[in-house]
Amino acid sequence: MPIETLPSGQRAWQRRTMLARLARWAAWMVGVLVVVQCWQIMNADTIWEFVYDAPAQGADLLGRMWPPRWSVLDRLWWPLWDTLNMATLGTALGVVLGVPVAFLAARTTTPSATIARPIALLIIVSSRSINSLIWALLLVTVMGPGVLAGIIAIALRSIGFIGKLLYEALEEIDERQIEAITATGATGAQRIAFGFVPQIMPTFAGISVYRWDINIRESTVLGLVGAGGIGLQLNASVSRLAWPEVTVMFIAILCTVAVSEWVSARVRAAII
Amino acid sequence: MNATVPAAPRSWRPPPFIANPWLRLSIYGGTALYLALALGTLEVNWARVAEGLVRGWAFVAAFGSPDFTSRWDEIYEGMVESLTMTVVSTVLGVALALPVGLGAARNLAPLPVYLVCRGIIAVSRSFPEIIVAILFVKMFGFGPLAGMITLAFATIGFMAKLLAEDLEDLDEAQVEAIRASGASWPQLMVYAVQPQVLPRFIGLSVYRLDINFRESAVIGIVGAGGIGATLNTSFDRYEFGTSAAILILIIAIVMIAEYSSGIIRKRLQ
Repeated sequence: MPIETLPSGQRAWQRRTMLARLARWAAWMVGVLVVVQCWQIMNADTIWEFVYDAPAQGADLLGRMWPPRWSVLDRLWWPLWDTLNMATLGTALGVVLGVPVAFLAARTTTPSATIARPIALLIIVSSRSINSLIWALLLVTVMGPGVLAGIIAIALRSIGFIGKLLYEALEEIDERQIEAITATGATGAQRIAFGFVPQIMPTFAGISVYRWDINIRESTVLGLVGAGGIGLQLNASVSRLAWPEVTVMFIAILCTVAVSEWVSARVRAAII
Repeated sequence: MNATVPAAPRSWRPPPFIANPWLRLSIYGGTALYLALALGTLEVNWARVAEGLVRGWAFVAAFGSPDFTSRWDEIYEGMVESLTMTVVSTVLGVALALPVGLGAARNLAPLPVYLVCRGIIAVSRSFPEIIVAILFVKMFGFGPLAGMITLAFATIGFMAKLLAEDLEDLDEAQVEAIRASGASWPQLMVYAVQPQVLPRFIGLSVYRLDINFRESAVIGIVGAGGIGATLNTSFDRYEFGTSAAILILIIAIVMIAEYSSGIIRKRLQ
């Protein structure tokens, strides 16, 4: 326990040793320096004239956004249906592709820990580190604008999410049940079907619904890069500076997100 | 003589996942109906997709030979911008999330403060980052400042919500012990509350740093600075080599960040 002798000769308890305190101080110093340096770099690229009139700009924007032009709602039902489809079909495709990846990545089920597992983990990391908007940007360039690009973008992003959570669940499985199934002479496929699947089924359903909820949120904006859905209308209205229409779309997006969150919370509560 | 007695027709099936048969059948039926409707209304321009396959293959091939050199200056600039945006926005967002999180904990804040802070959290969490970025770009002009403010705004909601939840699960015994010693409100915060929530809060901040970097790659698409703008340009120019290089860099940085944040979080707990 670090004890320091005060000038008066008294011995006082300290929480940390001198060295630890110096190390902490140095770490803080470095941290602050990094932040200041980053701020400087960022400032160099900022046009401050634009920033100074930001409050005025903001007020102006709000003024132009109100009142909302509700008539635009008639044009929004079809894009909303597209948005829902992108999220749902994308999630379904992501599940179909993500589940095998999870089985390859989990230590308990992988056929080979030296080849298949690292590849599966790499697929999971790549899919997770790239946002679905970037996937959409890529796919729109490749296969043209439309809902299909959105579905595939959502699916590609979901593989990593579902794969990661599912393989973690597979690794935390109760080994005794697998052993019992193996002891009856079950084949590999039977072990998976009767040993693993029943144990991870609730987790799997929860993960899928949770990802569907996130995907609804993400598919509302995929249209910004041309992948269909309500984002496409939003992009068109923003480009035309039709701010009253933008307000209606914001409200539509908010309602969609709120409903999907409610549904997913209800379903997950029912499962667990 | 050898009348073989057929084995008793015993077969076992695992119980279905959804026990209620009516619910199960209606879920299956509903799913089938939905799939038919959704796939039926899907508008796909297959000719365009087929045309794109060649380009898709060119892109996959580009991952084999990513082109870091020909646009290196732009990639470097975008990456530096993204990283600086990430750092500043996380620090600013976390600093602002502290008071908001404190105010949003029902056991520490009076009702009016609680409602205001919960409102801030709800607003910040309900919009996707990119939509917030559109508004901030209009307000603050193009460039990393708008992006930084967007990310800081999103960070506030994320961190404040989790902090408030932690604070509401506080161990009351410790708070009471400190209060019994005659501590004032600031002393209560420092000696009773802070030690209980700080490790997790720091861990979450590191995690948020991670998220902010990933998001910073996206919001550049709408003009909020960072690597997203460079990436968007490279797609527009069909320079798949450069795009592949940028994506590889993003994946690498996220991997490094995730790995080191995992180590930091493990050491804190």
